[in-house]
Order: sequence, then C-alpha cells, then structure tokens
Amino acid sequence: MDLRYSSRHRALQEDARSFIKEYGHLSPKTGGGRKRPDARALDWQELLLERGYFARNIPREYGGFGLPVDIMELAIIAEEFSIAGVSPGIMNQGISMLVPTLLEVGTKEQCIRWIGPTIRGDIIWCQGYSEPGSGSDLAAAKTSARVEDGQFIVNGQKIWTSSAHYADMMFLLCRTESDKSKHDGLSYLLVPMNAPGIEVRPLVTMTGRAEFNETFFTDVRVPTDQIVMGRGDGWHVANVTLKYERMLLGDANKLTYRLARAVELMKKTMLAGRRFIDIPEYRERLLKLQGEVMASKYHGLRLMTEQAKGEDSGVKRLIVKLNGTMIAYRLSSLVVDVLGAAGLAYEPVGEASEDDEATTWQIDNMYDIGLIIGGGSSNIQKNIIGERGLGLPREPKSVPPAVRG
Amino acid sequence: MEFGLSEEQLMLTESLRGFLDERLPMNKLREIAEGGLGFDGELWSGLTEQGIMGIMVPEDFGGLGLSLLDAAVAAEALGYHAAPTPFAAALVMAPLTLIASGDRAQQKAWLPRIASGEVRIGVGFAGMSGQTGEAVARLDGNKLSGCITGVLDGGDATHFIVYLGDGRAALFAAVEEPGVSVSTHRSLDRTRPVTALVLHDARAAILGAANDPKAAATAVLDAGRVMLAGDTLGAAQSMFDKALLYSKERVQFNRVIGSFQAVKHTLADIITMLEPCRSLVWYAAHAQDGPAEEARVAALQAKAHLGDAGREIARLATEVHGGMGFTDLLGLHYWFKRIAFNRQLLGAPERCRHEAAVAQEWVS
Repeated sequence: MDLRYSSRHRALQEDARSFIKEYGHLSPKTGGGRKRPDARALDWQELLLERGYFARNIPREYGGFGLPVDIMELAIIAEEFSIAGVSPGIMNQGISMLVPTLLEVGTKEQCIRWIGPTIRGDIIWCQGYSEPGSGSDLAAAKTSARVEDGQFIVNGQKIWTSSAHYADMMFLLCRTESDKSKHDGLSYLLVPMNAPGIEVRPLVTMTGRAEFNETFFTDVRVPTDQIVMGRGDGWHVANVTLKYERMLLGDANKLTYRLARAVELMKKTMLAGRRFIDIPEYRERLLKLQGEVMASKYHGLRLMTEQAKGEDSGVKRLIVKLNGTMIAYRLSSLVVDVLGAAGLAYEPVGEASEDDEATTWQIDNMYDIGLIIGGGSSNIQKNIIGERGLGLPREPKSVPPAVRG
Repeated sequence: MEFGLSEEQLMLTESLRGFLDERLPMNKLREIAEGGLGFDGELWSGLTEQGIMGIMVPEDFGGLGLSLLDAAVAAEALGYHAAPTPFAAALVMAPLTLIASGDRAQQKAWLPRIASGEVRIGVGFAGMSGQTGEAVARLDGNKLSGCITGVLDGGDATHFIVYLGDGRAALFAAVEEPGVSVSTHRSLDRTRPVTALVLHDARAAILGAANDPKAAATAVLDAGRVMLAGDTLGAAQSMFDKALLYSKERVQFNRVIGSFQAVKHTLADIITMLEPCRSLVWYAAHAQDGPAEEARVAALQAKAHLGDAGREIARLATEVHGGMGFTDLLGLHYWFKRIAFNRQLLGAPERCRHEAAVAQEWVS
C-alpha cells in the first residue's frame, strides 16, 4: 500500500494544475452532455487533445496523443479536472464506448476513419441496441439487415437511442443471419443517421425532457464495409462495448464530486433557522453516504491497481455499476430533500432550465434512475454478478406463455 | 501509487488462515466458545508461533514492527474464523499505548513481554470510547479508582490498561492486587467476553509520557476501531462464503437454490456491499499513519460502515441458509454474534459518524 505518487506522476499532477490555472476559464460548463457540443466545447476539446489531457493513450495515427497506457496518469488527470470543476472533455457514447470497441476489435481502416473525428467531437454517435421487445434480453434483437446489391438493407426499430436526434452515426446491433441461432445471428453495423429511411421520434422521459428517442428503419442502406468484425460477430462486439459502458457508469469521481456539493449545500441551506448540516437526521444521512462514497472510491483505486498490474478483477469489477449508480441516486435524493419544498418549481425544458440549481438536481435525481436501468438494469447486473462473478447456475429456460386463440 | 496488499501481507493472511483452518475446526470453536472467555491456551501458543504477538511491537523490543494495515489483515483473518482470542486490545491497542504514552523504561519492561505472548493486556476507556455502560475512573497519585464496563480482551488478561478522561493511561495487574476486582462475563458473542473492572485505590503505573495525551488516546482508540472493522470484514466474508457454498448445494424444487434469482440477487447484493468494505478497511488502517483529521474520519467511517454493512450481510447470509441458518447446528450464529459484538464496542455506527462530523468541523 502506497498512496503517494511517483515523481513522474507528481510532475504530471503539477502540469495538469498549471494547465487548468492557465486555461481553465476556457472550459465549457461541466456535466450535461445531453446536447451536441457547441463551439466552446469543441475548442476546449481541441486544446485537451493537443496537450494530451484527452485520448492520451490512443495512437497518434488515429488522432490521439499516443502515450502508452498508464492508468494512474488517467486517474490523476480525471481527479485534477474534477476537483477544479473543469470539463475533462466531451463525454458521449461514441467516445467512451465505440472508440475503445474499435481499438479492441476494429480494423486499422475503421480506426483511422472513425476515431479521429469522434474524439474531436465532430462525429456524434448514438447506440442502437435496445428494441421494444428486447431490452434486458439484448440478443433477441429483431431489427434486421439483408444484403442486396453490395449493401445492407436495414429494417426495424430501436428504442432508448439517447442523442439520436442530433447524432451523425449509430452503432447498430441487428440480425443479419436469420438461419443462425439467437446469439450467432447478429452483426454490428455503423449507420449514418442521415441515410434515407431513418426516422427519429423523440421519447419524452419522466424528467419531462426528450432525452431518448425511438428510431425507425425502413430500407436503410449501409455500405457492407461498415460492419465491425464479421457477419454473425455482433454479439461479441456488443459485449465489448457494454464492458466499456459499465466501466463508465458508477464512476467514483462523480460520487466524490457530488458528495462535496451536497456538503456545501447542507452548510448553507437553512431550515427553520438551522443549517441542514446541524440537523442530526439529515447529517446522519450525509455521513452514511460519505462512508459509502469513501468505500467506493478506494474500491476504485484497488481496481485501478489491479488493472495496472494486468490482473483480472473478476467480480470486483462487476459490482461497480450496481454500487455506484445506487449511491449516486441516494446522494441526489438527499440533495432534493435538502432543497425541499423550495426546490419544487420545475421547468425542465428550454435554454435556461439547466441554470436553475434545483431543477438540475431534480433532473439528475430522475436521470439517476435512468442510469440504474440503462446499460443493463440493476436486476440484470445482479444476474451477471451472480452467474459470471460467483459461478451460480443460470435460471432454467422457460417457454413464453402460449397465446390463446 | 499502489492500493493493495504487499506480498508479505498476502502471505500473512494465507498463513494465519491456514493455521486457523487446521487448528480451529467447528467442534474446537464450539468447545472454546462454551467457556466464553475468548481465550484458549493451546490456540494462544499456536498464534504465538504464528508471530502475531509482536505485530505492533517495534523490532527494538523484540517485535515485528509491522504497520496497522498488517494488523488489520490479521484481524480480518481472525474474524473470518471467529477466533476466540485476544487481539484488538491485547496485541494492538496495548502496545500502541505503550509506544505513544509509555516512557522508555515502561516500554522496555512491557513491550518485549507482549511480543513473547507472556502478558495479555485488556484495554478500557473511562469516557471517550462512545460505548454504553459504566465508565468512570479517577487517579489519586498512583492510586486508581472507578468502574469501567465493556473492557476489551479481558478474558484471562494478565493486566489492564485504563484510559482516563484526560488521555493519560494507567496500567495495573489483573490479579493479586488489593483494590482490583475483575469480573469477566460470557457475552452474546461466545468467542469474546465482556469484562467489568471495579477499582478502589488500585496501585497503577501511569503511562503519561505523550506530549498530547488526548490525541494519543484518540489515536489508540481509532486503531482499535479499525481492528474491529477488520474483524467484522472477515466475519462477513466468512458468512458470505458459507451462504454461497450452501446456495450451490441445497436443492429445492429440483434446483439448487442459487439458481433462483431471489437467492442469486441476495448474494449479488452481499458481494456488492462487501468488496468496497475491504478497500475502506485497508484505507482506514493505512491512513492511521497519516494526517490526523484524515486518519480520524477514515477510522470512524470504517467502524460505522462495517457496523452497518456487517449487520446487513449477517442477516442476508443467515436468510440464504433458511431454517438451518437459524439453528445452532451449523454454528453460523457465531459469526452473526461476532459482528454484533464488534458493532457495539468502541462506539456504534451513529456515535462514530457523529464523531466524524465533529472531526471534519461540520458541527462543533
């Protein structure tokens, strides 16, 4: 156990601090990520890429900074940016899910073509996984693609496609091999969202905002080279992507940052002449969450150490999403309670909506439930933990109830 | 930066676990637990051979001079086997008291005897521990009077250390001294007893060499809290391992019960609580060598969080065992009670969290 940084890491920390001091004022607002990056965000992204604070380990030929992976460096950068409240760069599904997937299983041509524009924020991706009839049971996807005149012809419907209304591209899981079994019949295609035959309909969520969409495909043409790995490999590729998604959800930096904001808020918000932090019932909730956030934070450091050593963390990694999303929800719930009746005025739609602190917390609190469900719901996480992590047997197969007729 | 155990620490875990696996099977545990003293001569001499007596004693005084993280690793192994043996007070808090508050002569007199397993010192606090019960002590010259209950590691202790309200500590022999009355009771947790001390002008050696006695006493108390958290961690892990094994063997409705989602999800919930607990305990132990505020918050949060998570895990793991878990037959209850004992000693979760709020100056 040694929580000190090496001199090289201390130097990086110093560099990051002076970078933030000099350029931090150029950063776009943190959080959000629910709209297309604006000019300020794109300029900031360019600066981060140029200095190696973003895409640090992506090869130079693909537009990254080209340094070998040092997980500690990434943690130091993330922590410094998080403490300073400065944007760590664009966070979206293309960057955090598709890019690592292409690096792991894509061809060199695909990496050259897609990674650069994606990490610069020029190409925005959305994820075409869930369907009305296949959510948790992702491999049951029915959206199909047949080959005709050297092109895939896609037909079907996807749901929960966040950012589809402004995305340029979609990574799509669809059925190409109708004669093969459920898991072997899928392929992973890269689909341009401006292709004729795609219709995006906004799906208003419980927050009152259209954070998701339904996406319909009618004879949408996709060039046959826009497939990742081969036909029938879609389930494998999708799982590579999901692995990166689950690492993203449940991030301990976010919890630490949120906890600090909750403490700040409880020190300044009053109820009947008392600060919330002075009211034992609320303070106890805050303290309980502090203990859990600390446990999650050090669990994260432990995983990072194991990853740096090339060890397989097994079940320890599988619990991160379930644990982190639940604590995040309880933290935003505490804040919503501290805001109380005064935090109930709610207009979630429109330019000014995210400037109102209470509205943002209310949105976050509900969005947290979305995160508990998305990327494999908590119940699915528990199956994964139990079966893959603990070696418990799968639920025996059952047949769907017969349709009466 | 490296967050994890060293090779030596992993070896310590492995050798202690191996030793206890062999020397403390269920029937042996039951036999020692029946007496309820939390002490067994044979086990103690075996543990002496394992080298844990001197875990916190500096090498100059015949010990191993290891860190509190090593001690936490040992505590986890002892908790895993519900080992009926003195540890948190006798082998961690007592030597730390002598190191922080004893003068050179006192250190020379006592530390080597702790490291050899010759003396076993129980530790109690008059005030400040945050636990319920009687806790009054006053010093008149070198004569100690008062009444302290809930003293840790008092079963067959040779000596006691009692902390006074001002942070000074008094050391005295457990027997053959006028004015010293020691009564040890079997506790809910039959692997460790509770001891009450009634003192009337008992002759005591004062351990008062610390520059800041109050801070020194607090550091020792927090080290004890980290040990109890580590013990709970081990006990909870043990209950989880037993529940997981049982769920893979027990058949109902022609299926092993672990294939039912209700059971599978319970086990997933337990492991999701348990693994971050381990990181918190490790961190808390490591942090005790660092800045005071960070050390305090870490120890208090670890004690509080393990108290709560331990209770929840103990219940869930018992539930997975169904009716068998509720009986005496499996002996699962020894771990349940071990966790319950650790929760109440040296400050229960609510009390520890309050102290953590004060330490962070959230409240005064």
